[in-house]
Amino acid sequence: MSGNGLSYSEQGGEAAPELGQEAATTTTPSIPAAFGLFCSDIKKNEDLKQMLESSKDSAKLDAMKRIVGMVAKGKNASELFPAVVKNVASKNIEIKKLVYVYLMRYAEEQQDLALLSISTFQRALKDPNQLIRASALRVLSSIRVPIIVPIMMLAIKEASSDLSPYVRKNAAHAIQKLYSLDPEQKEMLIEVIEKLLKDRSTLVAGSVVMAFEEVCPERIDLIHKNYRKLCNLLVDVEEWGQVVIIHMLTRYARTQFVSPWKVSFSLEDNFCEKNFYESDEEQKEKDQKVKDTYTMDPDHRLLLQNTKPLLQSRNAAVVMAVSQLYWHLAPKSEAGIVSKSLVRLLRSNREVQYIVLQNIATMSIQRKGMFEPYLKSFYVRSTDPTMIKTLKLEILTNLANEANISTLLREFQTYVKSQDKQFAAATIQAIGRCATNITEVTDTCLNGLVCLLSNKDEIVVAESVVVIKKLLQTQPAHHGEIIKHMAKLLDNITVPVARASILWLIGEYCERVPKIAPDVLRKTAKSFTNEDDLVKLQILNLGAKLYLTNSKQTKLLTQYVLNLGKYDQSYDIRDRTRFIRQLIVPNEKSGALSKYAKKIFLAQKPAPLLESPFKDRDHFQLGTLSHTLNTQATGYLELSDWPEVAPDPSVRNVEIAESAKEWTGILGKPKKEKPTEKFYSESEEEEDESAGTNSSGRYLESNLHLRCLENCIFRTDHYFKRIGKISVPTKTHELLHRMSGKGLAAHYHFSRQPGIFGDRMVSVQVTVTNTTDHKIENIHIEEKKLPSGMRMHEFSPIECLEPAGSVTVSVGIDFCDSTQMASFQLCTKDDCFNVSIQPPVGELLLPVTMSEKDFKKEQGMLTGMNETSTAIPVAPQNSTRLVVIEKLVKAANLGVVPSGQDNIHRFAAKTVHSGSLVLVTVELKESSTAQLVINTEKTVIGSVLLRELKPVLSQG
Amino acid sequence: MIHSLFLINCSGDIFLEKHWKSVVSQSVCDYFFEAQEKAIDVENVPPVISTPHHYLISIYRDKIFFVSVIQSEVPPLFVIEFLHRVADTFQDYFGECSETAIKDNVVIVYELLEEMLDNGFPLATESNILKELIKPPTILRSVVNSITGSSNVGDTLPTGQLSNIPWRRAGVKYTNNEAYFDVVEEIDAIIDKSGSTVFAEIQGVIDSCIKLSGMPDLSLSFMNPRLLDDVSFHPCIRFKRWESERVLSFIPPDGNFRLISYRVSSQNLVAIPVYVKHMISFKENSSSGRFDVTIGPKQNMGKTVESVVMTVHMPKAVLNMNLTATQGSYTFDPVTKVLTWDVGKITPQKLPNLKGLVNLQSGAPKPEENPSLNIQFKIQQLAISGLKVNRLDMYGEKYKPFKGVKYITKAGKFQVRT
Repeated sequence: MSGNGLSYSEQGGEAAPELGQEAATTTTPSIPAAFGLFCSDIKKNEDLKQMLESSKDSAKLDAMKRIVGMVAKGKNASELFPAVVKNVASKNIEIKKLVYVYLMRYAEEQQDLALLSISTFQRALKDPNQLIRASALRVLSSIRVPIIVPIMMLAIKEASSDLSPYVRKNAAHAIQKLYSLDPEQKEMLIEVIEKLLKDRSTLVAGSVVMAFEEVCPERIDLIHKNYRKLCNLLVDVEEWGQVVIIHMLTRYARTQFVSPWKVSFSLEDNFCEKNFYESDEEQKEKDQKVKDTYTMDPDHRLLLQNTKPLLQSRNAAVVMAVSQLYWHLAPKSEAGIVSKSLVRLLRSNREVQYIVLQNIATMSIQRKGMFEPYLKSFYVRSTDPTMIKTLKLEILTNLANEANISTLLREFQTYVKSQDKQFAAATIQAIGRCATNITEVTDTCLNGLVCLLSNKDEIVVAESVVVIKKLLQTQPAHHGEIIKHMAKLLDNITVPVARASILWLIGEYCERVPKIAPDVLRKTAKSFTNEDDLVKLQILNLGAKLYLTNSKQTKLLTQYVLNLGKYDQSYDIRDRTRFIRQLIVPNEKSGALSKYAKKIFLAQKPAPLLESPFKDRDHFQLGTLSHTLNTQATGYLELSDWPEVAPDPSVRNVEIAESAKEWTGILGKPKKEKPTEKFYSESEEEEDESAGTNSSGRYLESNLHLRCLENCIFRTDHYFKRIGKISVPTKTHELLHRMSGKGLAAHYHFSRQPGIFGDRMVSVQVTVTNTTDHKIENIHIEEKKLPSGMRMHEFSPIECLEPAGSVTVSVGIDFCDSTQMASFQLCTKDDCFNVSIQPPVGELLLPVTMSEKDFKKEQGMLTGMNETSTAIPVAPQNSTRLVVIEKLVKAANLGVVPSGQDNIHRFAAKTVHSGSLVLVTVELKESSTAQLVINTEKTVIGSVLLRELKPVLSQG
Repeated sequence: MIHSLFLINCSGDIFLEKHWKSVVSQSVCDYFFEAQEKAIDVENVPPVISTPHHYLISIYRDKIFFVSVIQSEVPPLFVIEFLHRVADTFQDYFGECSETAIKDNVVIVYELLEEMLDNGFPLATESNILKELIKPPTILRSVVNSITGSSNVGDTLPTGQLSNIPWRRAGVKYTNNEAYFDVVEEIDAIIDKSGSTVFAEIQGVIDSCIKLSGMPDLSLSFMNPRLLDDVSFHPCIRFKRWESERVLSFIPPDGNFRLISYRVSSQNLVAIPVYVKHMISFKENSSSGRFDVTIGPKQNMGKTVESVVMTVHMPKAVLNMNLTATQGSYTFDPVTKVLTWDVGKITPQKLPNLKGLVNLQSGAPKPEENPSLNIQFKIQQLAISGLKVNRLDMYGEKYKPFKGVKYITKAGKFQVRT
């Protein structure tokens, strides 16, 4: 707004620019009348602003609705940004949503102000409701402000391991957004993609493959391990995801499997309509024959098998995607099954028809048999739009053969008479193509075309002439009659192309019509000046040819024409005239060339090929934008050729056995079905079950989803196995001094035993000693004052402790990953003593083992805010590897990561409660210092741990 | 994938724009206008247009162009199918997909578009989910909203998006539980001059209106499922069950939806329920012609052929038509040259006939082709293919639903060449 104020105050020549917003209001009245338009605009926006600042939600909502209306119409509403952005935290959902809409539209233009809203989203990212987390991520990632890239990266990483598949889906979408905002994040994003590709949820699959295609389509290696899973999930993915996955898998399969075509080549000949009525058994038989030489990779078969049901989808894009997959990947004998579905799509909207017909046109050139049984489905209706008509015609022409040509020609006769002249002309071309392709009907076609020469419509006649010319050229033997007929037509035809064609024909075959040719030249010489350029050139041509063959009759005429041409307005014609004159009229200057003039002009010319315009499209993948446009679109990914030798198929093997065992242990029940078996593939037995009870197949599936979730929760477990060997610190801490405990003393130490009482508990060993001279009875724990979230597992009461006796018991405490004290009362039969246990941060960890590579990878994901580091002094005696490890492991419960470098020591652990990774790196430097780096999401733990580990290496 | 969307009306005004990534200027539509001009007819505007920096993929629905801006390779059908889904949603929400409806509900339209696409990739396209997110406008609600200041954005967060049955919302309750199925078959045919059938086939759909509480699991079986040659399914149908038993087993979405569409195998002969006798001729060198058309019933299995309408695109040279109809009424639009004859019911006793003179532009050459006649009709209580629903069973819920099946046969693209 201040910008506005500035510009207008200059106009008004008063109020200082610094007045900003106020200036706008004060100067408004003084704006000259010419600014009336803007003036009212400002006023309008003023009242919007007031409404936005009102305390009533209804006024705010009204204002937001009007603003969105402006945005929708494409009017500029950016000056309202500050007023709108204030409402980002509104309690009213609709206001909030509309603010989001506004924000996404204008954040790019108002980057500084947009930052004000970021904290709201950051807060929402932690919301317990998954839908709120998801929508926060969605909006945050849609704000195209480069400064927030690190925040987005962090949010994406976090969301990618969210428990809710819906949030993970949104994380996959956010990857693309971040990539387009800052391509330099590619490497880190690929890691997230890699992680999400492993996801088993059908919700995520489509979105992450989309992200993969956008960010790193070249990293085909990421797909190997997920290939089978994607194939199996495919039927249950939502339709849009299916399209993307199928296209990606097509590309993948072309790099990984060998061609199924080479061997089936011999079969291609008898591959015909028969195919469509074949049952599956027959097809299998056929496969058997092929199998002698070629065995299809089971993974290749899996893909074909799992995509086949999708041909039945209601979504045209899915059907097309499967069709192209079969076209590019299936053995030629199997590709036929797609034609029926493609033909079905022709009932759909005009636009769908257009694309499908284009693809059928390309297919029908290469494999006629596929669509022959559906010939009649391509018959043209008078109500079709012209572009659909011409495409259908194209396909009909491609499908024409000896058997059906007579039916087709009858059909074409109707089309030629169509009121749509453009289409009629296309039909004539089609007839021409049929005539050249099928020799039996050439004469019939030619006669038919000659009949059309007497048509009333000029366009039809012209097109016929052009096509006849081409046809005659292919077999000039005995068509003198037709040429004579056409020469007669010359008087009536005015379309330049047709006239030019006739002239060319007469010139070319002037020796067959010796009497007519000179007369034609005479007539055209008369009208030369009024002709079109195209015709003029052909008149010159005709003249030249006649001059060479029949100079007696035509010498003068030709020279007359050449003189006319010499002074023509068009330089093309003047140029041609000069050229021809030099060539045919002998004079001293003309060189050797004129001797060969006759040979040059009357050489045997190759006949033009009448080809389909779809001939060259097959090098584009079917169903793509590039195929439709017949040029390579930006971002088109070439389909590679089949490899000669298949790459190692074992890369796709996934070890599920081990992890499966682990799940069953966790779930406490044996797995009934494979996790990949889904809705459409459910077995009969389950079906019966679902019919009988009131559950359905879908419920079974939801169990599966639950399992997937659990899988995610426990994933960290089987990624990083906990370490077996643990060094236990000997240090004990005092819990209760004997003086304050009336003779009862208690000590505790951390046993580092992994969760005896539960996964999230730290086990503490408490040693209770009786220093009195009488028995102490019933020692137990009471009145736990634990901070919220903490839990404690008590020891069972000690009934009796003899004098000077001591007992060691175990307690489990869930510290919730904080260093807060756990306070409770240690009671005897008579007294109660307040005691508390404060854990050193090093004991809140559980060691994990991982490889150096995994470590680096995880570390790469925990940078930025998640990293703390410091330089620490190192005593000289502590610089050997063994000592460093010993000291650190003693100070904190860390697992040692094997390291390739002598001076770098790595340790990994996870927090007991939440299982967040804690990575510790010690890099020894010269002059007895070292760099200590800690990476963890739990920044508090990280910094406390750093503080605690600091002195460890400096002490002797 | 989809960068931006522009809605353009027939007069070339861009009345709505929405961007999902960075903003693309309206000027990109100039390329579209150029193509539109070249195409003359709206039907012939190419759906895919290439411009120097973008690609435009458009559809034409209900007098509105939906023009989407694409920046890189994408399957064109993906975009086209999505745009049609958008138009369907508008239709569903506002009862019509017109410029006024969109302008009146611009906020809802914007909210819908926001939910349907995230960063150019479809997010929620199921109408059941969308309706939970954004409630469709009704008169009652808009009155209530204006008084109470409440909104049409759902305050409950939709659960459908998260479930395995995204097409059905949770917690559906009805007092009357009903399930209706309409079996609608359309005959596509081309009849030639002599009255013989050049091409005919039957395309059918089953549209359902299901108002059932809870999570019903339905299975629908046919007397003669083998008739169905090529079927496409709503995603709710269990494919395996169909493959093995030819039974449609599904948990339905709530409300109206298309269950399946099918084609009846083309080997079967298609019974053509009407025949047309026609005599259309234009005299050489005179400015008039004769027009005489009679429609009669044929093979209609004892049912009446109703709502018969004939439309004819007359040649350009026709100036006016002077006809008398023995039944129904006719109109001729001299601008578009379309003759429409609304016949109504056909009674075999008295066949409807339309006869009279055609006035041609004087001096213009005689039209060489007779126009083809497009016929529409409807036959109630009959599926022309003979398809019959056997039974509908419901599992998973205790109550007894009311079930109904209706059969209708219609003319699809039914064309008689003359």
